[in-house]
Amino acid sequence: MKNVLVGLKRVVDYNVRVRIKNDGSGVETEGVKMSINPFDEIALEEALRIKEKGLINEIIVISIGPSESQQQLRTGLAMGADKAILIETSADLDPLTISKIFYNIVERENPLLVLLGKQGIDNDNNQTGQMLAALWGRPQATFASKIELNEKKATVTREVDLGLETIEIDLPAVITTDLRLNEPRYVKLPDIMKAKNKPLEIIPFTDFKIEVKNTLKTINIEPPEKREKGIMVNDSQELIYVLKEKGLL
Amino acid sequence: MSKVLIIAEHDGSSLNPSTRKCVSCASEISNSEIHLIILASDISNLSKQAASIDAVTKVIAIEHEIYNKPLTVNIAPQIFKFANEYTHILGPSTTFGKDLMPHIAALLGVNQISDIMKVLNSHQFQRPIYAGNVILTVEASKNHVVVATVRTASYKAAKENNQAAIEVFTSNIQPLNHTHFIKHSSGSSDRPDLQTANIVVSGGRAVGSSENFEMIYKLADVISAATGASRAAVDAGYVPNEMQVGQTGKIIAPDLYIAIGISGAIQHITGIKDAGTIVAINKDEDAPIFEVADIGLVGDLFKIVPELHELLNS
Repeated sequence: MKNVLVGLKRVVDYNVRVRIKNDGSGVETEGVKMSINPFDEIALEEALRIKEKGLINEIIVISIGPSESQQQLRTGLAMGADKAILIETSADLDPLTISKIFYNIVERENPLLVLLGKQGIDNDNNQTGQMLAALWGRPQATFASKIELNEKKATVTREVDLGLETIEIDLPAVITTDLRLNEPRYVKLPDIMKAKNKPLEIIPFTDFKIEVKNTLKTINIEPPEKREKGIMVNDSQELIYVLKEKGLL
Repeated sequence: MSKVLIIAEHDGSSLNPSTRKCVSCASEISNSEIHLIILASDISNLSKQAASIDAVTKVIAIEHEIYNKPLTVNIAPQIFKFANEYTHILGPSTTFGKDLMPHIAALLGVNQISDIMKVLNSHQFQRPIYAGNVILTVEASKNHVVVATVRTASYKAAKENNQAAIEVFTSNIQPLNHTHFIKHSSGSSDRPDLQTANIVVSGGRAVGSSENFEMIYKLADVISAATGASRAAVDAGYVPNEMQVGQTGKIIAPDLYIAIGISGAIQHITGIKDAGTIVAINKDEDAPIFEVADIGLVGDLFKIVPELHELLNS
């Protein structure tokens, strides 16, 4: 039985303009549209394509978060994942703890591959995949834009600052996804109905006996400084004139 | 007293400017001793460059053929061996540093701070979240080493008038043979580097095709600018991925940024917020890009861009 683990984080939807709560304790999520982190959706889509090629038998989607994360897991099941695990916690866990949880599940499920989004669009950390690879002692291929898999190895094209880098890694391994890996499919209504019967296991985070090491503490949350409103020019000539006046050209 | 170790990013022959930006960030930590570590297959040139960076007190150079390519799996265990001598370990928030630093942090059993944009004191830092729409102040435990990436757009590169000591070490790391570099490819150009250029000209989806992007390149060339693009233009296949500017692409801070046919999604804005002057050219006067632009011009880019090219070329 070959399986792939995919992480699905519940985050404020990509299109929502976030607002800081009045008491400054965090970002308002009450009454705000929540979705699967877009990079995680790409990770799941890639897993589905790998399964459609017959290279794996099972896709397990995992979310770590509040009870409401079941919605995102159900969406993942409707997209085509076979089973789901929610590690339930109301705490906003740090990436090191998250990667320790993933490592626990890796030991239990023995996956061929762990596919994660490269970053959550909420905290923009970009850490979990790399941390999991370190704890697991297995290869990491971050920011993937192309994955070719065979039984023992994966060839991964990565989006790096200076273009594209290709590496070959032994499996099992951790791969994190970048935007251009694929375009996730839409969920169809019959699949949503079918997903209701797929297994969704809920494990309280406290069952894991992982010590949360708060080496970082948030002490303030504030909006960024705003740029001042600019001026409008009427044509190309005026634009060049203004830029030359400012000494920029 | 803080002791900071910075992991140098390089291409085998020269240091990436992100390294000097990390030094500037480390210099904001008062009363700090700054060491720079270089892992390379040939350290001779790189260690001299590193030693010339102001505020660096020591360069640690490790030469080994496994460092021919910057694979995290080989670098992280080596850094781990040096870690207990330091209060802080910093790397740049480039794809190199983002790949490496969380791996090091996990080996050390600590969390990592992503994208430091400001140092408040030795253990308090500011960083952006939610695509820069929220600024977080975090405090790191003084009982643990601080591992962090530095948001390079927030810092100027440190100057190079120094002659720091260079210490050469031999590597005793056993390479793990589970990860192999195959190749690197880029749509390389002679234009300035997007992450360090003084002027950047960017195009969006409205440019319409890769052929039409030629006019963006031509305009950039008359003013010696680097070229960038919005995610939409990269996704549409008009330009290669390394040109993407924004939350999940490159975060840049040129003196002048010219956005052409870019509507200005928040994910794009976060990549340019630190630019000195933002110019927006867009036919839609309600485009959100005008909310952050210092200078706006409403009009048809297919008319304006050739005009600008001609006016600047004459």
